[in-house]
Amino acid sequence: MEIVMSIVIGIVFAISVYLLLSRNLIRVILGTLTISHGVHLLLITMSELQRGAPPLLNIGEENFTDPLPQALVLTAIVIAFGVTSMLLVMGYRTYKEHNTEDLDQLRGSADE
Amino acid sequence: MTLLHWATISPFLLAIFIPLLYKYFRKIHTGWFVLILPLVLFIYYLNYLPVTRDGGTVMEYVPWVPSLGINIDLYVDGLSLLFALLITGIGVLVVLYSIYYLADKKERLNNFYVYLLLFMGAMLGVVLSDNLIVLYVFWEATSISSALLISYWFHREKSIYGAQKSMFITVFGGLSMLGGFSLIYVMTGTFSIREIIANVDLVTASSLFIPAMLLVLLGAFTKSAQFPFHIWLPDAMEAPTPVSAYLHSATMVKAGIYLVARVTPIFGGGAAWFWIITLAGLTTLIWGSLQAVRQKDLKSILAFSTVSQLGMIMSLLGAGSAAYYFNDGDNLLYTTAILAAVFHLINHATFKGSLFMAAGIVDHQTGTRDIRKLGGLMTFMPITATISLFGLAAMAGIPPLNGFLSKELFFTGMVQASQYGIFNLDTWGMFLPIIAWIASIFTFLYCAIIFFKTFRGKLQLEKLNVSKVREAPFGMLISPIILITLVIVFGLFPNILAYSIIDPAMQSILPGILSVGERFEVNITHWHGFNLELWMTLGVFLIGILLYRTMNRWSKLGFYRSEQDIFNYVYDQGYDGLIKGSQVITRAQITGRLRDYFVYMCVFMVLLIFYTMFKYDGFMLSTDNLSPIEPYMWLVLIAFVASIVAVPFINNRMTAIIVTGAAGYLVAIMFTIFRAPDLALTQLLIETVSVILFMLVFVHLPKLKKDKIKPSTKIVNLIVSVSVGVMMTLVSISAFAFGSETGFSSIREYFIENSKALAGGYNIVNVILVDFRGLDTMLEILVLAIAALGVISFIKLRLKEGEDV
Repeated sequence: MEIVMSIVIGIVFAISVYLLLSRNLIRVILGTLTISHGVHLLLITMSELQRGAPPLLNIGEENFTDPLPQALVLTAIVIAFGVTSMLLVMGYRTYKEHNTEDLDQLRGSADE
Repeated sequence: MTLLHWATISPFLLAIFIPLLYKYFRKIHTGWFVLILPLVLFIYYLNYLPVTRDGGTVMEYVPWVPSLGINIDLYVDGLSLLFALLITGIGVLVVLYSIYYLADKKERLNNFYVYLLLFMGAMLGVVLSDNLIVLYVFWEATSISSALLISYWFHREKSIYGAQKSMFITVFGGLSMLGGFSLIYVMTGTFSIREIIANVDLVTASSLFIPAMLLVLLGAFTKSAQFPFHIWLPDAMEAPTPVSAYLHSATMVKAGIYLVARVTPIFGGGAAWFWIITLAGLTTLIWGSLQAVRQKDLKSILAFSTVSQLGMIMSLLGAGSAAYYFNDGDNLLYTTAILAAVFHLINHATFKGSLFMAAGIVDHQTGTRDIRKLGGLMTFMPITATISLFGLAAMAGIPPLNGFLSKELFFTGMVQASQYGIFNLDTWGMFLPIIAWIASIFTFLYCAIIFFKTFRGKLQLEKLNVSKVREAPFGMLISPIILITLVIVFGLFPNILAYSIIDPAMQSILPGILSVGERFEVNITHWHGFNLELWMTLGVFLIGILLYRTMNRWSKLGFYRSEQDIFNYVYDQGYDGLIKGSQVITRAQITGRLRDYFVYMCVFMVLLIFYTMFKYDGFMLSTDNLSPIEPYMWLVLIAFVASIVAVPFINNRMTAIIVTGAAGYLVAIMFTIFRAPDLALTQLLIETVSVILFMLVFVHLPKLKKDKIKPSTKIVNLIVSVSVGVMMTLVSISAFAFGSETGFSSIREYFIENSKALAGGYNIVNVILVDFRGLDTMLEILVLAIAALGVISFIKLRLKEGEDV
């Protein structure tokens, strides 16, 4: 399972980086969204999958999965949301101001 | 903090109050407040004279960073006291002179005196500090304050150029010197000059000896304007003349001399040290004197003359270092060169200081320093002419002035050095006195040019910017008169300096040569009988006069007409190349394209990680300890991969949102399977909000179009993204295998055990977030708040008409 997950994570990263390298601002934003999925899955995979019960003390189990990566991922999900929404609105505003979403046209003057 | 420490930093302290004094006492020239300090300091340092005269030294300790061996330990011996007296003594005269020179109400005296005091303090720090790092700090402070002084009239382009040039060259030297000091620390384990000299065997035996020596010398040579680093000094003449008189004749340029003298006990005694310093000094001497002859600007002539004279002192220090080579009783014979160096150091400060001041007076009274426009000033400015006459005569080496004495000693030192019979001197040694002699002829020649072209001949009033030429105000003349008096006094009675100043300084440069209680024999006389030096001096006079008389003929040569030093060309080309080169690199790198930046980052990251993994054999694969995959899990995974892979190909906005949303919900399902209910809940919630947000924004955004990318770019993008993916997979597999093989236990047990006991919660993940890592979560909320503010301002705020970011 962990090896399969690693391959899945690799695919997610490859696709996300490809989106980030795109000329279109919207695709770049989609890339940041998918790359965060990759990161979260990577973190959770490192903690030995599917061993032990969910980390809840009151369900009568003895063995639990590692709660620490879960806590980290939870933080990361929320931050990633903040980043994505910020980027999204920034993209929106950029389009409103410059009337283009092409990053090559958003470069600024050539002789800076 | 002892009194010595306070005295040394007092210029910095006074500098703080200068702007206030300038602001509230506009009626009084700020210079009068400044004048007091060097005067008091001069008297204070004079108190140490009896101590050093008897061979004593004073060391005061103040710890700064003791763990690194960096302490502000001040050390007073003959050499540092000589410099401290020069700095404060000439300082008094220069400040006095500047009061009249910068009498214009428009001058920004607050700036000027702050810089000057900074410089004075830094210089005192350089010569009094025993710790190499502290010395280095003060050394760089002199570079910075001197650049500020050179650019004092910053509206002139040449001032900026000169300041930049001096800063470049001296700071470059300073940095290499720091490298040299670090190597010395590697060899000896201490930064204290005293301790290094005590353990000098560690240095001489080390293989780092030569690199350390070269780096330290680079610092000294750049500061003391030695060939080919001399080019900054003539351009530094854009500074106000008091600054030139102070920094570029008496003090800062001599910091390099000081450093060489100070480290002679560490590096001296070998052939490399002897030849490098002697040759650098002699080359500088002859190059400087040749260039000086060509100059038309009074201060430029003096600048090149300073370069040349510094070379002379430097070569003497090199020749004198041979005293360390001989360990028998005869080595006292070889110390004449060091004697000449110390004596000429003092003499040069006196006569060159007065000459700079006289040149400043000429400039101040006539409005020009061009010798082609000047002439006949003797009648109108008799006092200035007399000052210049004595100063120039001393520099040319005319008896009985002090310059004559030190030049004779210089010849003696060089003739002696050529007869040492060591370091291959029997083959090449004869060139030393010859070079010295030729350079002295040119020295004589440019001294004659300055005097006769400025003060003799006919007054050319029509070429000057003033209607009438008058003698300078008396206040301006005081300082050069005092210096010229010293020139004459030292010339007539050189032995008043012999055992009070010169001998203690020699003992600091050459410690360990004498047995306890002994003294160097310092006996400077005017008449040595009919020996070689006398004939050399007479030859200099004869040929010098001859050359001056025939000046009309050779002044038509191309050599005389052009004033440019070829090394300036090298510097300017190098400087332009540096700027152009960095522009090319910047343009290639900072393209303004987001894609390029991502490519740089990804490529660098991939290369770094692959390199590290290969180097340390980090790739691993372990099939044990894997968890099984249930059949339904395949379904989830395939759906997830399919939706992710589809994203780049979608050209419809709505489909794109739905597909990414689907991927997000599938991640939530995976979290459920991986026994992470909290994550699944959060992911569901966030994904829903994200999808809504995307929909809201996408309404306003244009349709997704197919990217128009060049095929080559597309291939690069593919390669980069695939390699990132491969890297992540490999790192992930290896990390997991590494983790299960090494069997490091997770710290989970702590949280599982203490979740209930310490925090009273059953949901361990939640307890970690709000309790164990509560501060993190709080800051995370802060980040979200900032993001929310950003979102609002992006949507709501608009720039007003005409406003710009």
